[in-house]
Amino acid sequence: MSDIKFSEDTLAVANKIIARYPEGKQKSALIPLLHLAQAEFDGWLSPAAMDYVASLLNIQSIEAYEVASFYSMFNLNPVGKCLIEVCRTSSCWLRGANEIIEHIENKYGIKEGETTADGMFTLKTVECLGSCGTAPMMMVGAQFHENLTYEKVDSILENCQSDNKRKTYLDKVVINQY
Amino acid sequence: MGKKILLAHDHVPGIQGYEVYRQNGGYASVEKAIKTMSAEALVEEVKKSGLRGRGGAGFPTGMKWSFLAKPEGVARYLVCNADESEPGTFKDRYLMSRIPHILVEGMITSSFALGVNTAYIYIRGEYYYIVSILEKAIEEAYANGWLGKNILGSGYNLDLYVQVGAGAYICGEETALLESLEGKRGNPRIKPPFPAIAGLYGCPTVVNNVETLAAVPFIVNNGGEAYAQIGIGKSAGTKLISASGHINKPGVYEIEMGITVEDFIYSDEYCGGILNGKKLKAVVAGGSSVPVLPADKILTTPSGEKRLMSYESLADGGFASGTMLGSGGFIVMDETTSIVENLFTFARFYHHESCGQCSPCREGTAWMEKILHKMIDGHGTIEDVDLLWEIQAKIEGNTICPLGDAAAWPVASAIRHFRSEFEEYVKNPNSIKVVRHYDLTQNLVNA
Ligand SMILES: Cc1cc2nc3c(=O)[nH]c(=O)nc-3n(C[C@H](O)[C@H](O)[C@H](O)COP(=O)(O)O)c2cc1C
Ligand code: SF4
Ligand code: FES
Repeated sequence: MSDIKFSEDTLAVANKIIARYPEGKQKSALIPLLHLAQAEFDGWLSPAAMDYVASLLNIQSIEAYEVASFYSMFNLNPVGKCLIEVCRTSSCWLRGANEIIEHIENKYGIKEGETTADGMFTLKTVECLGSCGTAPMMMVGAQFHENLTYEKVDSILENCQSDNKRKTYLDKVVINQY
Repeated sequence: MGKKILLAHDHVPGIQGYEVYRQNGGYASVEKAIKTMSAEALVEEVKKSGLRGRGGAGFPTGMKWSFLAKPEGVARYLVCNADESEPGTFKDRYLMSRIPHILVEGMITSSFALGVNTAYIYIRGEYYYIVSILEKAIEEAYANGWLGKNILGSGYNLDLYVQVGAGAYICGEETALLESLEGKRGNPRIKPPFPAIAGLYGCPTVVNNVETLAAVPFIVNNGGEAYAQIGIGKSAGTKLISASGHINKPGVYEIEMGITVEDFIYSDEYCGGILNGKKLKAVVAGGSSVPVLPADKILTTPSGEKRLMSYESLADGGFASGTMLGSGGFIVMDETTSIVENLFTFARFYHHESCGQCSPCREGTAWMEKILHKMIDGHGTIEDVDLLWEIQAKIEGNTICPLGDAAAWPVASAIRHFRSEFEEYVKNPNSIKVVRHYDLTQNLVNA
């Protein structure tokens, strides 16, 4: 990973984002650029990745670390190819979120916060993701999976496994009812 | 069927795209505003409409706009709050992904009224897929001359951008949002100064919710008076309600303010009654931050009248027996629900989301989660119920931003209305697992 650098395409996107802000206010692009970095550099933000983003914005590395550690979507440690985020807040809890979490834990022999030995799945619980009307729900990458049942969870995760690709927040998603 | 404004064209195929939106009257408000109205007259119409902020606080929008400082030679900004992270709330997501142009149109008309040349939509990071929907709509608006330089030949310029967050409820608080938009941690600022004086980059800024801005086209097209006629009293217009929990038809409903709560819960036009024919136990009517009410209190006001879906009626009875419309996140709980366990999910949420700047909020939310956790593990005591009550009382009113209050109210109201259940819960830890959910081996949702 010595070669932390955006691809040409990503760099073009980054520059477009930076240009949105007034002169001298490029730091505003920090969160969008950290998202790009996380998606491009294996799903997490290593110190080297954050240093690189900071250098693009002419800010101190510490400013990037500070921000990355504040927001829950940024991973400061490596995660599996598929980050499973199950909502556990009230509306989802009322409709079975705890059971869904347990089901995934049993299925892959991991606890919340852990990654499977093959590096495929990391299980995370999260707070309300705005799918309360289609609870219980989980996100994998940018994709919302709603009205979950055990069977649905199984088929989604098994598809991820056979697909064997890293899922990121920047992926195109299939739009369900919304 | 009640009056629909925001979702009037929700069922028109293709309404997500520019052509169909335009054919259904889209962008008329921009034309009318820029060609025939002054900025002052627009603010006046919004004042007359009685529109109140739909982000949660219900502050009159026209009044907020009239506070915007206009010093010579200083940029002003309009920022749309699309952070939508209040548990139980998903209406902005629905609106933006179904009818993105209504927000774009509302922002152009509003920006013109405010004399703003740069506007941002700040959207929560988890809604990443909506960013591309919004960006496509914005691109179409540029391509058709509604955005960019010299709009409709008027000399008016406007740029509109989408900015993503990255998972932090607190960034829905307007000053934390502005910090985040400046590329910083989402720590709320001490007010005053208010954003209207010193907001984004220290410049005068208006922050409005998605739904608020989306109501502006109707007001401009039909006049403020026409909007004020809809709804009831000081609750003018329609409101998007996100309905979830133990109901037959969860989803986003546009209601005319003033329908009864009973009608909203039980009629087939809306929630369609309680799931599995169970009885109603409690409702959180306006997102996790507002007081929870037991069935009798949510259905009737203290004076025994039917409670209405409006700012005033929901608040009738104050803290003793009322609640708030808030963001319109309507969470319904049936008779099998454990109030203590539901409260635990809220306490965990607020602890997780506290930015940590003020000690009453940082420490208080941690303690409330810890005590409730202890109860759920079966080790709670009667003293813990009193301790919870004391802690929440010490947070309220002692913090920089309202998140502290928002964390305290659910706890206070749960104990106020369900104290005996807490007492039962800590006395009889073995009886606690009676409450259970649904059969997840089959799909429940009929939608
Ligand atoms: C902790 C907290 C979270 C908030 N979250 C949101 C939110 O997600 N969306 C929103 O529009 N307003 C939210 N607000 C309210 C905003 O601070 C602000 O009042 C609102 O964006 C103003 O817009 P409006 O007048 O159109 O409602 C939140 C407030 C607090 C204290
Ligand atoms: S009340 Fe809580 S969230 Fe708000 S500023 Fe204080 S610590 Fe942060
Ligand atoms: S409570 Fe789970 S998405 Fe809102």
